[in-house]
Amino acid sequence: MPGLEDLYREIILDHYRAPRNRGELPVPPAHRVEGFNPLCGDEVILYLELDDGVVTDVRTAGQGCSISQASTSMMSAAVKGRSVSEARRIIDAFLALMHTHETHLEGTPDSATGNGDGSAADDVRLGDLAALQGVVKFPVRIKCATLAWYTLLQGFDEAGA
Amino acid sequence: MSAATLDVARIQADFPILKRQVHGKRLVYLDSASSSQKPIQVLDAMDRVYRESYANVHRGVYTIAEETTAAYEAARGKVAKLLGAASAKEIVFTKNITEAINLVAYSWARANLRAGDAIVVTEMEHHANVVPWHILAAERGVELRWIPLTPDYQLDTTKLDDLLDGAKLLAVTAASNVLGTINDLRQLADAAHAAGARVLVDGAQAVPHFPVDVQAWDADFVGFTAHKMLGPSGIGGLWARPELLEEMPPFLGGGEMIREVTKEGFLPNEVPWKFEAGTMPIAEAIGLGAAVDYLSALGLDAVRAHEKSLTKYALDRLTDRFGDRLRIDGPRDIEVRGGTISMVLEGIHAHDVAQVVDEEGVCVRASHHCAKPLMRVLEVPATVRASLYVYNDEADVDALVEALSKAEQFFAI
Ligand SMILES: Cc1ncc(COP(=O)(O)O)c(C=O)c1O
Repeated sequence: MPGLEDLYREIILDHYRAPRNRGELPVPPAHRVEGFNPLCGDEVILYLELDDGVVTDVRTAGQGCSISQASTSMMSAAVKGRSVSEARRIIDAFLALMHTHETHLEGTPDSATGNGDGSAADDVRLGDLAALQGVVKFPVRIKCATLAWYTLLQGFDEAGA
Repeated sequence: MSAATLDVARIQADFPILKRQVHGKRLVYLDSASSSQKPIQVLDAMDRVYRESYANVHRGVYTIAEETTAAYEAARGKVAKLLGAASAKEIVFTKNITEAINLVAYSWARANLRAGDAIVVTEMEHHANVVPWHILAAERGVELRWIPLTPDYQLDTTKLDDLLDGAKLLAVTAASNVLGTINDLRQLADAAHAAGARVLVDGAQAVPHFPVDVQAWDADFVGFTAHKMLGPSGIGGLWARPELLEEMPPFLGGGEMIREVTKEGFLPNEVPWKFEAGTMPIAEAIGLGAAVDYLSALGLDAVRAHEKSLTKYALDRLTDRFGDRLRIDGPRDIEVRGGTISMVLEGIHAHDVAQVVDEEGVCVRASHHCAKPLMRVLEVPATVRASLYVYNDEADVDALVEALSKAEQFFAI
């Protein structure tokens, strides 16, 4: 039976206690996007500053459990300063790590970005994000971990990036 | 304390699942408000149906069909007695209380409500007693009105007469599945009847926990669900005044609910079978009958006395240990509340609390408890809910308090 230490790794608790990139950005020029998990009421708000295909700044707001908050924080750190296409590959790799079965059922292909061949996920180095892998052993919490990432994808799509 | 109370150790011995361990710890089941565990008497009764006397009901003339039909109808009689109904024919079986409320919404309400009519509900209703009325409101142009809460989590009846003015139905829970609040139904029913409205009572959290008398409530419809009262899932039902059941059109059409079918049309069966279309959950109804026997043998007065004293113990222990760091969303006065305790531990999300206490073998619910309008009033996305029942004791409460302390340490900033 998986134990708590599989879920709440130290790095996750660290991001939960001291979330990175909390705050807001003026809209516009930033894009604001909101994600919501109706099952548990978790809410993620992202402010994205996109400049010439690069995520120049990210800020996060909202509320939720430690997993959703830590995942949001880690995501913001992982994509800030990256190009949108790099960020999309990280999203792909992360969602593959979560191997969210419902994603496949809902018809979203592995390459959620639509601009990669899916196997690209393998070359992305996830670093700290790999700590979230333990969530997979707690199926009901996968949605907590993926909320910020789907919200980011939605933000890119809405911004036409 | 009243003389009648429960022998909890003996009761625990009747529940095989309580011998189980999780994460190497004793199972501490504190989620009976969601669904209760089942005693061996219920399991055996259902097992016997399939092993010894199973056939469809009301259809065969052979011996085992008659036996099954008799057991199924006996279960109806037991429920009628438990609820204080005048006759078994006032009880309609459904698959759960959600279906019972929908039956009233689709049959009675659609025959009786039209645009401009109002339905009064309360801020503490479960979605089962909200969404059927939203659907009707959208379809018919019926207005939904809400009885608000007082600061101590009871129904605020100061504007009740205004809210009921022009209303056709008051749909109210007997006891909240989040706050634990027990409502004064007679007062509400009297006000509703004076305004010409009918009264539907959600009995899901009442029937398992204290004596219910539909006549004393003066209700018009009362729903219940077996899985929260030691019975199986898949069966529940509706009590309604016989004259209402007579005049209500059928809900679901099919076998068993008819007296005659021709190419031109059909004649419905008598009440209550008019509302029991298709093959019903037979073993489940018989299991419900066994659950009613079990609860009746304990005595609902004794169940209530046990839950009151255990709830007081729990509220005291939680307050002693956590003080202001734990908010309890519900009345403090145990006279007006049951053993459902909703909590918010300062700074820690309900899911995280539930996950850590699970590690200690403690089962609590972390969610909006299917009461989102109430969650908005409480201004929280979710609460941690511990709910007490006949098999719980002070050791379970102690385990909860220790597990919550672990959660607090784990997430300490
Ligand atoms: C007050 C109340 N009403 C209705 C329900 C719905 O019960 P069921 O799912 O058995 O229909 C519940 C159970 O969650 C409840 O607590």
